[in-house]
Amino acid sequence: MKNVHEQEPVIQTGTWVEIEQMVLKPEERAQTLPDDTKLVPYMLRVSGFLLETARLGQEVRIRTIIGRELQGTLRTVNPSYSHSFGATVPELLTIGTEVEQ
Amino acid sequence: MSRRDMSYAAVMARKNEIMKASLGIDYDDFIQSPIAFDYDRMMRETGYTMDDMVRIQSETKVGNTPLFELRNLTEAVRKISEPGKGALILVKDEAANASGSFKARRASISAYEAFKKGYKGMIAATSGNYGAAVASQAAQRGLKCIIVQEVFDSRGVGQPEIVEKGRACEAYGAEVLKLSVGPELFYMLLRTLEETGFFNSSLYTPFGIRGIETLGAEIAAQVRARYGKAPDAVAITHAGGGNLTGTARGLLAAGCEQTRIVACSVDLSGLHMASDHDFNRKSFTTGHTGFGVPFATWPDRTDVPRNAARSLRYMDEYQLVTQGEVFYVTELLTKLEGLERGPAGNTSLTAAVTLARQMDRDQIVVVQETEYTGAGKHHNSQLSFARQNGIEVRRGDPKDNVPGKTIVIPQHLEQVWGKVQDMDKLRLSYLKNAAKTHPVAQWNENDYAFLAADLKKDVAWVKQHAPDLSN
Repeated sequence: MKNVHEQEPVIQTGTWVEIEQMVLKPEERAQTLPDDTKLVPYMLRVSGFLLETARLGQEVRIRTIIGRELQGTLRTVNPSYSHSFGATVPELLTIGTEVEQ
Repeated sequence: MSRRDMSYAAVMARKNEIMKASLGIDYDDFIQSPIAFDYDRMMRETGYTMDDMVRIQSETKVGNTPLFELRNLTEAVRKISEPGKGALILVKDEAANASGSFKARRASISAYEAFKKGYKGMIAATSGNYGAAVASQAAQRGLKCIIVQEVFDSRGVGQPEIVEKGRACEAYGAEVLKLSVGPELFYMLLRTLEETGFFNSSLYTPFGIRGIETLGAEIAAQVRARYGKAPDAVAITHAGGGNLTGTARGLLAAGCEQTRIVACSVDLSGLHMASDHDFNRKSFTTGHTGFGVPFATWPDRTDVPRNAARSLRYMDEYQLVTQGEVFYVTELLTKLEGLERGPAGNTSLTAAVTLARQMDRDQIVVVQETEYTGAGKHHNSQLSFARQNGIEVRRGDPKDNVPGKTIVIPQHLEQVWGKVQDMDKLRLSYLKNAAKTHPVAQWNENDYAFLAADLKKDVAWVKQHAPDLSN
C-alpha cells in the first residue's frame, strides 16, 4: 500500500480535492435492500480544501466550502464536471418538423 | 462527552429526537393516533399567511412567474382532436424562479423559518431540483447549506441529470455529500443534522408545502385576469406529493373549487428504486411512479413524523406517461413554442396534451411548472446516456415502452395518450397501508374522519372499504 502512495505526486495543502469514505460496510447497511445493493458498501464522496500535504489514496482531512472538517481517502485533485448534452440522438432531430403537417 | 453510537440502527433509533431539534416543530402536538393527526391545524400554525409568503418569496427572487399560452402546441392538438375538442394549453414558467424550478417556493419559506429561528444552516436530502433551490435560498439568507444526494452506483457512475443537480448545489455554495445508491440517504441526513445542529429543510414539512400555495394562487389570479374564469384543469407532475398538495391548496384558497387537479407521473413500474443496477437504467430521477405511487398510497414514509404533502386529499385524476412521450413533448415544446426546458418538468405537459384532446375548445388546462435545462438536464443527454447504458431508443408506438429496457419516442402527436390510473385502487392501497400501521379494529370515529379527508371521500366510503386483514 505504502509503495503505491509514494508513486503518486504530492498534493499541496489548500488544494481543492475530493475524498471518499466508506460510510457503511455491506453488512452494516439497512436490512431491506435489493440483493444487488446489499453486496456493495455505502459510499460518500465530498469536496473540500486539503488540510495537509498528501498523496492520492492516503487518508486526509479536508475543510468543505462551508467550513466543516471531514476525513476520507484522497480520490481526486481539482474535481470538476464534464457532463454534457450527450451524443447526437437522431430520433429527436425531426420532431416538431413533422407533427404540424 | 462520550462519543455517540453512529451505527445505522443507533442513528435511526434517535430519529425522533434529531427531528424535533432540527425542525422546531413538535409533531406530538398534532398527532391523534398512529394514523390520524390534525392536518389543518398543523398547516395553519406555520404562522404564515398567503401575503406573508408572497412577501418572503419576493425578497429572494421567487414567484410571480409568467403564464404563457402554448398556441402552436394547442393548434397541433386541435388538429388531431374530435371537432369541438382541444382545450387551450397554458404553461406556468417556473424555470424563472431563482435556481430554475418551482422548488424555490418550497425552499424559500424553509430558509426564512430557519433564519428566523436562528439556525446557522440548512440541510436537505434530495437528488432533485430542491437541492439547488435550498442552496440558492440559503445563500440569500446568509445560511450555510448541506445537500445530501444519491449520486452514483457502485461503479461510481452517476446519471447526467443528477450530476448536474449536484453541480448546481455546489455553484450556489453548498457542501454536497454525494452518496452511492441506497435508502441510507435518510441515515446520512440524520447523522449530518445531529453533527451540525442545522435546520432540516425537508420537502415534507408544513413550510415546504405551504410555500407552493403561492403557485396555485398565482395561476388562479393570472387565468382569471386574462380569461375571466378559473382554469378547468391543472396538470401537476407528481412524485412525493408536495407539488400537487401545495398547488391544489393555493387554488382552493383562491376559490377554484371546480378546477380538476390532475396528477401525472412517468411510468417506471418494474424498476426497483433502491437497486444499484436499476439506478442508471431510468431516465427520470423524479416525477415518476417509483415515488408517485408509494407516496400517494402512504404519505407518512418520509423524513418527518407526519407528512404535510398528502396528494390523495386533493387529487381528482392520475395520469401516467412514458419516458418516450415526455421526451417527444419536450422536443415539441422547444421546436413549436421556442421554449427549451428540462424534461422532468414537462411530465405534466405531456399529460396536458392528452387532457386537452379530451376537453372542449373553450376550456383551459394549465401545466403548472417548467424547470431549467442545461448540460445533463436535457432530454438529449438523458437519451444519449440511456443508449450508452444499453437501453434501446427508437421511434414508434409509446405503448411498447419498457422501463429500464426500451424508450419508444412517439412518431406522431396522436400517439401521446398516457394511461389513466385507477384512483380507487390507489385509495384502497392507502387503506391497506393504514391498516398495517394501525389495526382496523382500533380505528375510531376520528380516524375514519381523517382517512376520509385524506382520500377525498366520505366516512361511509371508508367504512365500506376498510380492509379486512384478519385472514
